[in-house]
Amino acid sequence: MEEINVERMSQEYFDILKELGNIGAGNATTALAQMLQCKVDMKVPQVQLLEFKEVGEMVGGAEQQMTAIYLGVEGEITGSIMFLMDMTTAKHLVSKMLMGMGSNRGIGGFTEMELSALLEIGNIIAGSYLNSLSDLTRLTIYPTIPSIATDMAGAILSVPAIEFGVYGDKLLLIQTQFSDEIELNGYFILVPDVDSYSKMLASLGIISQ
Amino acid sequence: MSEIIKVGMADLKVVKSPNGVTTLGLGSCVGIAIRDPITKIGGLAHIMLPDSTAIRNNTNIPKFADTGIEELVKQVVAQGASRARLVAKIAGGAQMFNFSSKSDMVRVGDRNVAACKEKLAAMRIPILAQDTGNSYGRTVIFYPETGDFVIRAVGKAETVI
Repeated sequence: MEEINVERMSQEYFDILKELGNIGAGNATTALAQMLQCKVDMKVPQVQLLEFKEVGEMVGGAEQQMTAIYLGVEGEITGSIMFLMDMTTAKHLVSKMLMGMGSNRGIGGFTEMELSALLEIGNIIAGSYLNSLSDLTRLTIYPTIPSIATDMAGAILSVPAIEFGVYGDKLLLIQTQFSDEIELNGYFILVPDVDSYSKMLASLGIISQ
Repeated sequence: MSEIIKVGMADLKVVKSPNGVTTLGLGSCVGIAIRDPITKIGGLAHIMLPDSTAIRNNTNIPKFADTGIEELVKQVVAQGASRARLVAKIAGGAQMFNFSSKSDMVRVGDRNVAACKEKLAAMRIPILAQDTGNSYGRTVIFYPETGDFVIRAVGKAETVI
């Protein structure tokens, strides 16, 4: 199987990965709408291949406080996926999910119940993202148990960046903006292991098996 | 006027007093600050991975603890610092997410810290202070003038090591 170089990916391959990202994010938004039982609009996601140095700036600054849910990916595609959101988005989603029963503590201070609600949100969003990827590629993909962190964007992003860092110097970031009553900002970072790229493209018939 | 120069992920910079050097939001990465206390020339590296020899694609020098520290030392010496007088401080290497098991990728913070200590020991550069491990991100600012290594974390008081 052809090995894909993430650094020097052809425009064609990049477009396909972008499209996979779009469809995945669309599915995730639908799942979110169902869970919250409200209408959620999504803008066309932006997909970018970023240098490590630029990643922090992209999500609003390396020191911007964010909440991230991180899951391992197993099956025929391996790697990890992260769903990252700013604090306004996290607070909004958690209060919707708990129907206003969440506490309104200062920045960062989530209660146990709020944390588990956020984990569940992340689980559903990332799970439906992976499901659509699995449907499209007909590969078996399943997420592992999620883990959550609230911290500076740079610190959180160092985790997928390090995983990507083993193969290259860039990170594939998919930014989705969705809104119900307010504008919400969410980001997906899919970190497939290097041979998973070829597997995805091969299963779509883009490259030979 | 002094300024604070920014170092990105997998990046390093050399500064002279009174300027400072900073890196924002260190997670599992490690920030290595070195300086010569006499000439007050110093620098900061932000490394991501412990070992360049374990990886095929290893041309990005500041990405790895081994090559990054070597390059940082080379650059501060080139700016006029004395190799023999260099001292170091390190911060970072947190474990941001709590995974039950998985690969040793999870413990990359610890491995980064260990690799930095090993490299600095091999180069006979003493580590004067460190703030490593735990599970939170850190922003660091280093002043070669005083050797102060300022550490900020979300919801914690600023510390100087």
